[in-house]
Amino acid sequence: MKTENRNEQMKQATKSLAIWTILWVLSLALSIFGSKLIWQENIVLSILVISINTVIGIKMIYANVKHLSAQDELQKKIQLDAMGIALGAGVVGGLSYSSLDVTNVISSDAEISFLVMLISISYLVALLIGKQRYA
Amino acid sequence: MKNRLKVLRAERDMTQADLADSLQVSRQTINAIEKGKFDPSLPLAFKLAKLFGLKIEEIFEEEE
Repeated sequence: MKTENRNEQMKQATKSLAIWTILWVLSLALSIFGSKLIWQENIVLSILVISINTVIGIKMIYANVKHLSAQDELQKKIQLDAMGIALGAGVVGGLSYSSLDVTNVISSDAEISFLVMLISISYLVALLIGKQRYA
Repeated sequence: MKNRLKVLRAERDMTQADLADSLQVSRQTINAIEKGKFDPSLPLAFKLAKLFGLKIEEIFEEEE
């Protein structure tokens, strides 16, 4: 019964996080592509959609905090380790990438999307390694 | 840290899932503690001790 409650709590927290994440990604895509393809860079509409995206983003962060709270101490440790690695990779990798741009070693401008991808991939890899380590 | 969790659990005919259920943690956490891969927090160690009716030091032992 207790396990069912715990599992149910986890399921609810995961479902909530997934919903807010999907909504955030969709609203982000709308704010970027909508401006060019739908409302032809109308400033008022852009501000409105970006504001909605920010509010959804805040809800997503809150859902993530709730998701973390629903986990037990080992699961929290695995998450913390993965987040630490992702943060480190983001700072070190991001600044190295920025330095390559500033010193003109690379011809193109540094893009924030690369940093997001680096953080996401390093987080996922670290999470999988952590789960495997304690399996 | 070494521990007698597996033996204590077996003596009481409990599965890892049963123990996880009683302590409100995941089965993975019980497995990791039993294998010595993860040291539980003090509150969780107290919960374990209370559940088995033992002192913490009767369950956990510092490795030399």
